[in-house]
Amino acid sequence: MRSIGKKLYLACCFLFLYAPIAVLIVFSFNESKNRATFTGFTLKWYASLFQNELIMRSLFNTLIVAAAASIIATVLGTIAALGISGMRKRMRSAVMNITYLPVINPEIITGISMMLLFVFIKEIFHLELGFVTVLIAHITFCLPYVILNVLPKLRQMDVSLYEAALDLGCTPVSAFIKVVLPQIMPGIASGFLMSFTFSLDDFIITYFTSGSSFQTLPVTIYSMTRMKVNPQINALSTLMFVAVLVLLLLMNVRKKPKGVHA
Amino acid sequence: MEHEKLLDLKNISLSFGQDKILDRINLYVRDKEFVTLLGPSGCGKTTTLRIIGGFQTPDEGDVLFEGKRINDVPPYKRKVNTVFQRYALFPHLNVFDNVAFGLKVNKVPPAEIKQRVLKMLEVVDLKGFEKRRVTKLSGGQQQRVAIARALVNQPKVLLLDEPLGALDLKLRKEMQIELKRIQKQLGITFIYVTHDQEEALSMSDTIVVMKGGEIQQIGTPEDVYNEPKNAFVADFIGESNIFDAVMLKDCLVRFSGHEFACVDKGFDANQPVDIVIRPEDIELTAPEHSVLSGVVTSCIFKGVHYEMNVSCEGLDWMIHSTKGRAIGEQVGISFTPNDIHIMNKMFKGAQNEILGEIIAPNTLSMLGCELNVQTDLPEGTKVNVTIAPDAIEVVSPDQSHLIVWLESLIYKGRYNELIVYHMETDSEIILHSMLDEQVATNIGIRFDESRLILTAQEVESVEG
Repeated sequence: MRSIGKKLYLACCFLFLYAPIAVLIVFSFNESKNRATFTGFTLKWYASLFQNELIMRSLFNTLIVAAAASIIATVLGTIAALGISGMRKRMRSAVMNITYLPVINPEIITGISMMLLFVFIKEIFHLELGFVTVLIAHITFCLPYVILNVLPKLRQMDVSLYEAALDLGCTPVSAFIKVVLPQIMPGIASGFLMSFTFSLDDFIITYFTSGSSFQTLPVTIYSMTRMKVNPQINALSTLMFVAVLVLLLLMNVRKKPKGVHA
Repeated sequence: MEHEKLLDLKNISLSFGQDKILDRINLYVRDKEFVTLLGPSGCGKTTTLRIIGGFQTPDEGDVLFEGKRINDVPPYKRKVNTVFQRYALFPHLNVFDNVAFGLKVNKVPPAEIKQRVLKMLEVVDLKGFEKRRVTKLSGGQQQRVAIARALVNQPKVLLLDEPLGALDLKLRKEMQIELKRIQKQLGITFIYVTHDQEEALSMSDTIVVMKGGEIQQIGTPEDVYNEPKNAFVADFIGESNIFDAVMLKDCLVRFSGHEFACVDKGFDANQPVDIVIRPEDIELTAPEHSVLSGVVTSCIFKGVHYEMNVSCEGLDWMIHSTKGRAIGEQVGISFTPNDIHIMNKMFKGAQNEILGEIIAPNTLSMLGCELNVQTDLPEGTKVNVTIAPDAIEVVSPDQSHLIVWLESLIYKGRYNELIVYHMETDSEIILHSMLDEQVATNIGIRFDESRLILTAQEVESVEG
């Protein structure tokens, strides 16, 4: 009796979580444009989706920004973490608090303040709102996640590993590459993946910093829903959901054999 | 050429902020020598090793390697390798790749790498472990990998930082023998850091005893055991009876109320000294056959011998003997002149002589604290304060006059002799206490204000 209750409860949880997505997926195959009734199966929205130049360009923009922002943020964040881990205790906790702040700060405030800053320095640097401003904004909000992922790995690592590498003939740079990097790699990888996903789905900050000429997918979808309901969005959302699902499965599959050994 | 100095440390000093870690260290190491740096924690032995390895740069002094100054040579260019305290094996590499690491970095051809690594794994008794992950090995096996990883590079000097500290007793004993064998077999100079005196005695060619950033004594194991330089060395290495004594003249010393013949010369007449007599050198006789006699107060069986305490004219003697005596038995204590070893006192003078000033009526300022004293001396008088060692008490910090650093504590048969250091005024103080305290920690001390002896300093006339 209790086990049935347990299963029922679990089913309710999953229903609650996944019902909206299920509806979205089902209606992406709906013949009719009407969102209320299912009139028949079709793939035409998927076909037209790939012909929609606006969506395709936005998708491309999103991927470019996400890739560039997460790579740059990972490099900068890793270097910052290296510096922070070498600091004295008081200085380190001060810097860590500053690092945490943007994570807790409401996104809308980050977005507006960034926009104000970019408009303010527009004259000085001839910086139009567009790709560069979005990229800078994304790097900014990704950075803390990289630091927060890499720093614990650095702190866990035995300092004498680095010294042992020097002792065995490595220069400081090659000691870092051969010994420190493999130790902190899991942190760097998860920092990168978090940055990539956050950048991919960011709407608010991008909305304020992108201007009119440069749009990412979330911004495009938002402006499309404002004008008229387009089932292409259902199809696009379904594809994005599947992509994330595949990514997640791949990550888990990759992690498993490693976990067994380590 | 055997006596050539391979490594030479000259006047090495190092401070971290206010803390003086090393104070003018002078030490040289010969080729193929097994040198042990021995001392309690915080004595500077690991720092000395890190200076030799290149991980720390001394503030002052020179590090010479084969006659060349290497102060500024980074670790990766030095012909030394280190076995770290917690092994520092690379967890992402297997045993083979860990050992091969240094060779790969130095671009040794792969065929030679393979041959040298396999040979070295054989030396450390890890044949067949090449593919194992280092995280899956036991402590002793990890230890061997760490040693192999360092030795495979054929260093001139191998530095070992308490390498056996994490192993249990039996394994530690095995590894001691193993290390000595490897050192002999490969003919490499070992510099070994430990706080375990037994380990140092059984493995080393030369022992360097350190305390508080200073070298106390350098010598063979026999030297430091049989001829300790001072009470600290005698106390730290082996069991010992250390007593206050007075050197009456050459070969005659007075302690415990009697005069004894000894073999040491070259001290001043009536110079206060410390003497050490090892517990195993003492023979128990019938009371009437000996100058000294006392009562057995405890007797513990230690396996090879009995450890007995004998109370004799107020002094507590420790005696090792293969025959146990009953508690309460009257015994005579007997030893030969050879067994008495005379040492200079670590603290100059029998009493503390400290400068102070009368800053208000009956108020003395000394070592940065204010004391209430009975005195007729007027305000502003500079005074010499003489304090007997037993006029100072160890108390909890909130009741103390001063917080001081406990440098050494030695049992003198009647009381513990403590030497403490007051950092703010850079002064050492000697005191007697019945309490045992942890050395190299801060303790509180309190002066018996009624027993301070004040003498006004003679006013020097400036005009002449």
